[in-house]
Amino acid sequence: MSVSKITSRPPAPPGLRTWMRENLFNNWYNGLLTIISIIFIVILTGVVLRWIFVDADWRPVIQSPLLYLIGQYPRDMLWRIGLVLVLISFLIGVSWGVWGGLVSSFAITMGTLMAIFALIPFQVAELTFSLRGVMLVNVVLIYLGFILGRKVSISGRNLAIAWFLASVIIIFVLLPGFDGSEILPKVPTTLWGGLLVTLILAVGGILLSFPIGVALAFGRRSSLPVVKGFCIAFIESIRGVPLVTILFMFSLILQVFLPAGSRFDRLLRALVAVTIFSAAYTAENVRGGLAAVPPGQTEAGKAVGMSSLQINMFIVLPQALKAVIPAIVGQFISLFKDTTLVIILGINELLGMGRAIINSNAEFVQLQFEVYMFIALIFWIFSYAMSHTSRQLETALGVGER
Amino acid sequence: MDDQRELQPIVVCRDVHKWYGNFEALKGISMEVKLTEVVVIFGPSGSGKSTFIRTINRLEEHQQGDIIVDGIELGHDVRDIEKIRMETGMVFQQFNLFPHLSVMQNITLAPMQVRKWSRDKSEEIAMQLLERVGIPEQAYKYPAQLSGGQQQRVAMARALAMQPKVMLFDEPTSALDPEMIKEVLDVMVELAESGMTMLVVTHEMGFARGVADRMFFFDEGLIVESGTPEQIFNDPQEDRTKLFLSQILQH
Repeated sequence: MSVSKITSRPPAPPGLRTWMRENLFNNWYNGLLTIISIIFIVILTGVVLRWIFVDADWRPVIQSPLLYLIGQYPRDMLWRIGLVLVLISFLIGVSWGVWGGLVSSFAITMGTLMAIFALIPFQVAELTFSLRGVMLVNVVLIYLGFILGRKVSISGRNLAIAWFLASVIIIFVLLPGFDGSEILPKVPTTLWGGLLVTLILAVGGILLSFPIGVALAFGRRSSLPVVKGFCIAFIESIRGVPLVTILFMFSLILQVFLPAGSRFDRLLRALVAVTIFSAAYTAENVRGGLAAVPPGQTEAGKAVGMSSLQINMFIVLPQALKAVIPAIVGQFISLFKDTTLVIILGINELLGMGRAIINSNAEFVQLQFEVYMFIALIFWIFSYAMSHTSRQLETALGVGER
Repeated sequence: MDDQRELQPIVVCRDVHKWYGNFEALKGISMEVKLTEVVVIFGPSGSGKSTFIRTINRLEEHQQGDIIVDGIELGHDVRDIEKIRMETGMVFQQFNLFPHLSVMQNITLAPMQVRKWSRDKSEEIAMQLLERVGIPEQAYKYPAQLSGGQQQRVAMARALAMQPKVMLFDEPTSALDPEMIKEVLDVMVELAESGMTMLVVTHEMGFARGVADRMFFFDEGLIVESGTPEQIFNDPQEDRTKLFLSQILQH
């Protein structure tokens, strides 16, 4: 009782004025530095804003924004892209509602981008009224999905199954279509391009490389010499070679080994190359996490009669992954950016599309800076969303911190 | 009839040897523990007492001799090993709770995964055990939010949830602050009085004097002396036992 009476309050935080006097102007040289910095920031902001709104010539971007997004995908088949977006928007909305915070930054990023796309205040020939309408519908769908995910109880497992089914339909049915089909005529992957391809490679590479990487990490710790040897050989040979080399290998050597006449899709080749490259690095990250789990954890699992598989699934892996989330997300971000290298296979992903646009018009050669700035912005937005999600994930999983 | 059943040996060790490289950690340990018996194993550090108790559920592999638990001989068959582990609960010096799982999940994980009991049944058992160890209100906290003594009591509940026939304790109070030792020992005394078969590696001589049926003094990988607590405390035969007891009892 008496203890609670004598507890004191922490001192109130200083006001803005006090804080500034104590930190920015506490002596003459700090004051000088503050003033110089302010002048510098103001000038820099002015220069940048002036460049963006006055000096820069955004024609290469505005003239054909769809090229950046989907490449040469036939324009009369745009409804298929629209349907893909509708599926994804709805699912991401529901996931936001069910899983909460973790998906929110992606849902919000996606919604904001589509809203910007729909509401760009000036006339762009390619952005027809119906295209803008579809984008707005998608924004609404994200929100409706969010409400639905909140109100209706949907199990995470069912949602994961829905995502899986949707991905299969998108990748194998909606986007490529079928030979000779009336409704869904075939669109060869050579026509796919831009952000569409970048995202397929990045998301596909991340989703496929993660389980392979985890399996390799366990394999490397295996007590079976053959499994262990294979995993070490695989990991070390992939890690010892630059991604460009692996891409070359896949584009040239694979063709030699495959039976004559069989054509291995170029995009699929790139996806396989990116996946095995990323899997080797994921394996090493996960192995670090596995090594960080104290041996007492495994012993405790053994002592209650759990099998090795159960111990790894329920005890070791969750702790290992939690420990290496920052490393794995960092690696996924670099995988996302590394997808630009598939340009050497002749695939026009986002950056390749930018270069193609620059080279398509003599006037645009002068305007490469604008194009690259635009592409850099898109990469930055996605990378930042990923690292933001990673930080949220760390906080969310930090409950049982040792 | 009843007496005969209670006298069945549940853990039988014959001439157990264990080497780490060239170092012989166990130099031929033989011991029989009967149902409901409480056995205390003590001795200086490095005497092999922890190694011995860990061979009983195969956390350490013995290279020579026989270990038979609940009628199953401990060999290389993984199924036999897992069967024995289901019947032997273990409490560790460092608790070894799963930090990413709540107290409730820590306790129900093995019953659900290994015994294949339903979630409802497992949680019911877990709640009963948490009441028994005196911390039902902590069920949905995480291990890091508990004190050392509370963590060790959760660890006991986790081991008991599998409804084992034998409980192994590997220095259960050595990592605890002094004021928390009693709360853990109280639970162990209650467990012993309820008829649980227990093998306890400990330096808590008060506990040994109070509830042990027999005591084994280990040194340099051998059983130097064994007997009832009265024999060991009042009339030790071996000089090494006398010396060790005088060292740990003098304060």
